[in-house]
Amino acid sequence: MNSLAAERRGKTILTVILSVICVIYVLPVVAVLINSFKLNTFVKTDTFALPTGEMWAGMDNFIKGMTFGNYPFWNSVKYSVVITVLSTALILIGTSMAAWYIARVDSPFCKALYFLCVFSMVVPFQMVMFTLSNTADQLKLNTPWTIPVVYLGFGAGLAIFMFVGFVKSIPLEIEEAAAIDGCGPVRTFFLVVVPMLKPTMISVGILEIMWVWNDYLLPYLVLDLEKYRTITIHIQYLKGSYGTVDLGATMALILLAIIPVIIFYLTCQKHIIKGVAAGAVKG
Amino acid sequence: MNRKKITRGNTIRRSTRKWFPLFLGPVVCAFIIGFVWPFVQGIYLSFCQFKLIADAKPIGFGNYVRAFKDAAFAHAFWYTALFTVVSLVLINVLAFTVAYVLTQNIKGSNIFRTVFFMPNLIGGIVLGHIWSMIFDGILSKFSTSIVMDSKYGFWGLIILMCWQQIGYMMIIYIAGLQAVPEDMLEAARIDGATKSQALFKVTIPNVMPSITICMFLTLTNGFKLFDQNLALTNGQPIVMQEGGAAIKTTEMLALNIFTTYNNSSPNAHGTAQAKAVIFFILVAGLGLAQLAYTRKKEVQQ
Repeated sequence: MNSLAAERRGKTILTVILSVICVIYVLPVVAVLINSFKLNTFVKTDTFALPTGEMWAGMDNFIKGMTFGNYPFWNSVKYSVVITVLSTALILIGTSMAAWYIARVDSPFCKALYFLCVFSMVVPFQMVMFTLSNTADQLKLNTPWTIPVVYLGFGAGLAIFMFVGFVKSIPLEIEEAAAIDGCGPVRTFFLVVVPMLKPTMISVGILEIMWVWNDYLLPYLVLDLEKYRTITIHIQYLKGSYGTVDLGATMALILLAIIPVIIFYLTCQKHIIKGVAAGAVKG
Repeated sequence: MNRKKITRGNTIRRSTRKWFPLFLGPVVCAFIIGFVWPFVQGIYLSFCQFKLIADAKPIGFGNYVRAFKDAAFAHAFWYTALFTVVSLVLINVLAFTVAYVLTQNIKGSNIFRTVFFMPNLIGGIVLGHIWSMIFDGILSKFSTSIVMDSKYGFWGLIILMCWQQIGYMMIIYIAGLQAVPEDMLEAARIDGATKSQALFKVTIPNVMPSITICMFLTLTNGFKLFDQNLALTNGQPIVMQEGGAAIKTTEMLALNIFTTYNNSSPNAHGTAQAKAVIFFILVAGLGLAQLAYTRKKEVQQ
């Protein structure tokens, strides 16, 4: 009886400790929130104070950040969304089809391709960044509507790896039954295989969204920066530019950038955590 | 067994084969554009002097010699290695502890899990700027800043990476811990094992696969780190060495390659590409060691 009470007390103490750590964990995000409404001069000196009285900047930081460098912030939002949505869709469709073909046909060419994909997963981006941006430039892949091809090429490895692993675990009988009933490979794939692939699609999709949305170096090197900037590139321009850095405006933009991410996280939390666990265990 | 499998898949295989252009075509094309061709060209260019790829001329191993002689590159290597080891130990110990506590039927463990994982959704550049503001906010009280002392830059990056990655590794550890058979733990309890005995003799051996995965993930993440490094300190502070070489004291390998490439000297591009190849061999070596190790483990089980 006594040890039970002790255990319960122990758990209560743990809950309290964890709650404190949780609050500390959220603090950086809270700091962004309060500093995005603070006048630039006070961000450095009174980082942890509430933006009251003379420190209050109202919406000034947001207006400054969104018009910085004569580049409208909403364009970068638009391009970030376009790039993320198109790339993820292209990767999901392309690699799931390829993975099914690789797993089912299993010819020497497929084996070689699969090996190359696994190999590409261990190649760091720095190895190909100069040549890739050059190739992309020549092939006019430097716009938000064509850069998904680059993402499909460089990011195919993990997606194919995960899809092939899953297709191999699907019993062949289902597809054979469909074939006997007169389904061609295309219909078999889209009507029979794709519905079964759904959980893996969600996992892969989440991993790709997280990667593409937050990616900096690849779009920075590939895109035509005069015309197209993603949110991340825009923020880096604002903060990384020489001369006086407007911290208040930077924080305002960062706040705008992470609000959709946090909403996305809170709504799809279960899938995100499952997807991450699946990707990590297999990768 | 093998033969049976081959005959069984035949119907699907024969009918699917001719659809090669539809199923494999797009990915193969993109893969060549986005990976194979740049990779091959990258290896070739590491042996060339070039400003534009069109007028590259082969010069043998000159770029590699320059890369190995570069004091900044050597510094970046040791700095990266030290950073990786420290972050690997801290992240894994803390993530395992949190995961272990959260699997003990704690009230509100779902909320804790949600909060701890949240930083992973935020990109490296944004994380770097958030933390540079926070560190500067603290350090300005002592009238200094994160780019004034390489010690601040080092520990700042460690704190940032812990904040970001503990949640990620925690998810993997929780999955591993939940897979530990309950009856094994109960048997240990009945045999009179204390809590710490059960942890070290039963739980930890059973989550070894998760531990291996997390170790290698933190290892390669540390080596490949770029965005956070760029946004937090961008390599500053810079120290001048005797001989005139400027060393960015908090610069890691990936950032060093990037800055080398943007250098204006005629050999800069070639040297950067040679460094990239060396970097690739390092990272790929680590990655392949991981694959080999996990394979071996799987065979043993």
